[in-house]
Amino acid sequence: MAVAAVKDYRFDSADRLENFHGNQLLFVGWEDHLMFCAPFALALPPSMRFGELVDTTLPGAFGYHPDFARIDWSAVQWFKSGQPWQPDFGRSLADNGLRHKDVIRFRTPGLTGIDGSCS
Amino acid sequence: MDMKATSGKKLGLKEKYRHMTRGLDWEPSYQKKEDIYPYMAYEGIKIHDWDKWEDPFRLTMDSYWKYQAEKERKLYAIIDAYAQNNGHLNVTDARYLNAIKLFLTGISPLEYMAHRGFAHAGRAFPGAGPRVACLMQSLDEIRHAQTQIHALSNYNKHYNGFHDFSHMLQRVWYLSVPRSFFDDAVTAGPFEFMVAIGFSFEYVLTNLLFVPFVSGAAYNGDMGTMTFGFSAQSDEARHMTLGLEIIKFILEQDPDNVPIVQRWIDKWTWRGYRVLTLVGMMMDYMLPKRIMSWKEAWEVYFEQNGGALFKDLARYGIRPPKWLDQIAFDKDHISHQAWATFYQYGAASDFHTWSPTDDELDWLSKKYPDSFDKYYRPRLEHWREQAKQGKRFYNTTLPQLCQVCQIPMIFTEPGDPTKTCYREVDYLGEKFHFCSDGCKEIFENEPEKFKQAWLPVNQIYQGNCFPDGTDPTVEDFEPLAKVLEYYHVNFGRDNLDFEGSEDQKNFAAWRGMATTNE
Ligand SMILES: [Fe+2]
Ligand SMILES: [Fe+2]
Repeated sequence: MAVAAVKDYRFDSADRLENFHGNQLLFVGWEDHLMFCAPFALALPPSMRFGELVDTTLPGAFGYHPDFARIDWSAVQWFKSGQPWQPDFGRSLADNGLRHKDVIRFRTPGLTGIDGSCS
Repeated sequence: MDMKATSGKKLGLKEKYRHMTRGLDWEPSYQKKEDIYPYMAYEGIKIHDWDKWEDPFRLTMDSYWKYQAEKERKLYAIIDAYAQNNGHLNVTDARYLNAIKLFLTGISPLEYMAHRGFAHAGRAFPGAGPRVACLMQSLDEIRHAQTQIHALSNYNKHYNGFHDFSHMLQRVWYLSVPRSFFDDAVTAGPFEFMVAIGFSFEYVLTNLLFVPFVSGAAYNGDMGTMTFGFSAQSDEARHMTLGLEIIKFILEQDPDNVPIVQRWIDKWTWRGYRVLTLVGMMMDYMLPKRIMSWKEAWEVYFEQNGGALFKDLARYGIRPPKWLDQIAFDKDHISHQAWATFYQYGAASDFHTWSPTDDELDWLSKKYPDSFDKYYRPRLEHWREQAKQGKRFYNTTLPQLCQVCQIPMIFTEPGDPTKTCYREVDYLGEKFHFCSDGCKEIFENEPEKFKQAWLPVNQIYQGNCFPDGTDPTVEDFEPLAKVLEYYHVNFGRDNLDFEGSEDQKNFAAWRGMATTNE
């Protein structure tokens, strides 16, 4: 049962891709760093290079954390929808297989937040 | 007009009640029942005999009117005296005001929605008994909305953030949490509404909302809020009785109703619990003089009282709501997770946040020995240290939201407070994300409803949350400033840290004038 209704009930999804003016949503979380209370929601052009996301967008989002400057990006482990995943920094979000409203996370081995509290 | 009994004899209470409620009902003769009551069948609930409904309180309209008028007279006398004597200067500390800003913007509008919901449910039921009961509750609820707005308007004369609650409810990111909760209920059918609000909220969870705010007001010298709180609570006994009666009535009518009601109890206990996160935060962080911790309140008002209730309902085939294990684990965490959220998004909210004092941190350590020092204190102390150095943390990147409860994805995995809980579903080629198994299952039962959710963050990215005429393509466009303008939140007055705020300065200056000869 998709919904209980008195008559035919069909509506569009509020967050369908076409509503975002050429951008798509990407959700990004940093494991073991819950000082950022939730993963971030970003609206990005699918043609953006993954490396550009890491170099220009993520610092604005996560840079406040003292661990951020210590990240060794070559050692970072990535996950997409919770599964291990390997992005290609030279290719676009779309070419990396990232679709509208995908969620990715990254783990930075050795960095576990303020006093190791996962903050 | 007075009705005179021709015999000259006065009617007994019971008789009078019967004549004035069920006696006023009639059987339609030239319209079909299905046309008069079009919402009775589609939810799948089967009712065979509306006369089996036991009227839980025998009250006629005229005596209802008399009782309520008396309550109003007392209430407004106190509110007027409170206003005339500048009672607001007697609250413990101006930080307290932020708790009632949250109440006015997040809770009072729900009273109004409850008024609409009970009016709709009452109209929809063919039985005269529940119709009269819903009518009275509907009137109670609009009374609650009005008395709260009147009482709190006094604060609006002196402090920031009280100025535009109804506008904000439709727009502001965190107010979409209580708003979507009630919108979900009033757009459901009348039976689900009654289980959602009449039973799950009014009966199971209401004490967790009202006791903290009313006792919180009493502990913190806020006579105004305390008075409307008590006045509203005096109606609560009736509401709770109605909530319990409706559930028993539905369950007794047909065994096919049991699984439907069970699903609604699971859904609405979870949804209500998620909304109460805001109350937990208020209790643990926003009351200068604490009453009890969120965890203690949950244990007393839910685990003990609720436990007895569900034992009682077991004979109908009803089991306790789902996900209680997770809730029990999370009671050590959610208030801290919520405060951390409002602290960091303090530039985008309509009230002030702050770093807890040492005393307050110690109180939290004592109340939460298994979680606070390990997971949350380091975060708060780090932020406080940064703030001292002029680097107060304001998160300006928007968070991912849960599709159902609309709370940012701040909650952690059941059993592991170091891991954010991520859940997702693919529905018709689109991904949807959830904070928990509870919210995910609620979506899966009604995806066509929840895929339409107006999620504030996603709406901002769609360009729908700027004032009319905004051009987001201009050079140095500042989206956050424009969003606040759209919210009617005044930057630098209503938002940011309490430290240095206008509220803080004014309260100190006025209290100084009231208590010294300066
Ligand atoms: Fe109410
Ligand atoms: Fe949720």
